[in-house]
Amino acid sequence: MKAAAKAGKEKKNGYGYDLIAYTVYAFLYLPILIVIIYSFNKSEINVNFTGFTLDWYKELFSKDRDLWQALKTSLLLASYSTIISCVIGTFATIAMHRYRFPGKQIIENLLYIPIVIPEIVIGIAFLATMSMFGINMSMTTLVISHVTFCVPFVIFTLRPRISGFDASIEEAAMDLGANQWHTLKRVTIPMLVPGIIASALMSFTLSIDDVTISFFAAGPENTTLPIKIYGMVRGKISPDVYGQCVIIMLGTIALVAAAMLILSANARRTKRIQSN
Amino acid sequence: MTEKMDKKPIISLRNVIKKYGENLVVNKINLDIYQGEFLTLLGASGCGKTTTLRMIAGFEDITEGEIFLEDENMAGKPPYHRNVNTVFQSYALFPHMNVFDNVAFGLVEKKMKKAEIRKKVREVLELVQLTGFERRKPDQMSGGQKQRVAIARAIVNNPRVLLLDEPLGALDLKLRRQMQLDLKHLQQQLNITFVYVTHDQEEAMTMSDRIAIMNGGVFEQIGTAEEIYEHPKTKFVADFIGESNIFETSIHAVEEKMLKLIMEQGDVTVREQGFEVNEIAYLCVRPENIKISEFPVEGFNLKGIIKENIYVGSQIKTTIEMINGYLVKKTAFPDGDMKPAGSIVYLYWDDGKSVLMHTKEDKIYNYIESAEGGSIPS
Ligand SMILES: Nc1ncnc2c1ncn2[C@@H]1O[C@H](COP(=O)(O)OP(=O)(O)OP(=O)(O)O)[C@@H](O)[C@H]1O
Ligand SMILES: [Mg+2]
Repeated sequence: MKAAAKAGKEKKNGYGYDLIAYTVYAFLYLPILIVIIYSFNKSEINVNFTGFTLDWYKELFSKDRDLWQALKTSLLLASYSTIISCVIGTFATIAMHRYRFPGKQIIENLLYIPIVIPEIVIGIAFLATMSMFGINMSMTTLVISHVTFCVPFVIFTLRPRISGFDASIEEAAMDLGANQWHTLKRVTIPMLVPGIIASALMSFTLSIDDVTISFFAAGPENTTLPIKIYGMVRGKISPDVYGQCVIIMLGTIALVAAAMLILSANARRTKRIQSN
Repeated sequence: MTEKMDKKPIISLRNVIKKYGENLVVNKINLDIYQGEFLTLLGASGCGKTTTLRMIAGFEDITEGEIFLEDENMAGKPPYHRNVNTVFQSYALFPHMNVFDNVAFGLVEKKMKKAEIRKKVREVLELVQLTGFERRKPDQMSGGQKQRVAIARAIVNNPRVLLLDEPLGALDLKLRRQMQLDLKHLQQQLNITFVYVTHDQEEAMTMSDRIAIMNGGVFEQIGTAEEIYEHPKTKFVADFIGESNIFETSIHAVEEKMLKLIMEQGDVTVREQGFEVNEIAYLCVRPENIKISEFPVEGFNLKGIIKENIYVGSQIKTTIEMINGYLVKKTAFPDGDMKPAGSIVYLYWDDGKSVLMHTKEDKIYNYIESAEGGSIPS
């Protein structure tokens, strides 16, 4: 009904705006399409498409151990940083919501900094700090660096949710005999769960495709997949990289789609609660 | 009331003071609440009702004074160690749990056995007529149903006292009336002490054994609905509960239990005690007790002119303008005493139908606010 009314209002324009829109989309998606096509290309010199093949994918799954090691590192890294960021972010959100403490406002504002500062600055700063303390780069430092940029996103996702809570819900739990810890465990955190899932997906995707910060924070044994690919394409691009990219892309799209589904279900739910 | 007086109080508030910073919200209140009693805290918005309730529940610290629950001082006890339960105005159901889990929450905290929990939840849901709703989530229920879940969730724990903060405030009038009766019956059936907060005087009158009228952080009067209506102790109470005609008077003479009063509107003699000559006092007469006569009545010298008669269903509301412009409200049944508008009449009332109240005012003849909050034209 509403959509129909809107469609009725839309005019067909003759000024080529539609052409501009198509061009923009072409710029965005053509390269991705090319990657997909080349990943099935018979020819190793990728200028023209000589025929369809799955060889590159076979090769990916058979011999290139390095690439698989990098993928494993990336997945592990993303999992660790996601879990740690969500735990820290959740408790930080609850603390910032519930308690007043000196410097709270400053801490809240500082949260924006990791988001707005260029990643290269964070990467270099991290490297400088670590070498100042004489810490060698390892999986641990890599995880720490990723947690640093994921936590603010977790907090920003959870904060609107928690501030929409009715304070008397937690009071009701205590009224019914739950102490502070039980209230947290049985009421506060379960009510945050949809938000936590959404922020976990977000952290995971942020972590798995990060190049810049990982580049500074990774040790020699901890090459992540994006860094590995980056290294590989500096010379000649081997078609199996295309295959790898396609797989990463599909994985990421699936994750983001899941995150968006959860977020929109959440938004609908909140709206319904508010309209009641 | 009297049979309750010799029982021990279940809750005692002793000189309780609550301040938020400099803001004095509850000012040295004392209150005893007895086992099985339905006590209502009634007062206008912001008078401190919720704060009082929250101090009993343990959600707010007490600035000064003490609260006893069954002779045990509650100082420093967190809410989860008090054997009282609260029904919140916003229901405060756990949104991520279904009805069964909501109701079972307190029992799970008590580590009760699963089978017993199931049995108790079933019983209490039957009591509030929600059998079959176990698997529903709170956002799939109407306001009235959520309210009943909130009540079930509290009473399933068998608390010594149930605290209810305007539990029916969000319901429509018809449902509210029904729930008032349901709640009252539930309270009698379970014999749990209820401390009930409302700003709706009709609701308070319908449900309560005793009402504590609160104003500006103090109790103006505590008593049964009848006591409060028939014998208001302060002008605030007379104004707040029902409609009143309030006259400012000065005691002219005291003679053998009779007081002769002078007021702007005329003189009256009433049967009262405990007042001194020249004291300023308020005289309160309910509209249904005002009578009119064509001729002066002994003991009364109150002349006025009928301004209008309005029929409201079974009653006639009459307004009588006194010589100083004060408008007296009178209600009567159609077969009662009635005179057409414009008639000169003399007001009187039966012995004992007026209440004389002390006042702290030292100045007489300032404008008296009527019960609706309007002031008298000069
Ligand atoms: N946390 C708080 N901090 C400061 N002032 C408060 C706080 N809570 C309540 N007050 C003040 O205390 C006074 C009494 O509040 P309270 O909630 O007890 O009123 P109430 O009688 O329940 O009113 P209502 O009928 O509107 O619910 C109000 O003036 C309110 O502004
Ligand atoms: Mg209140």
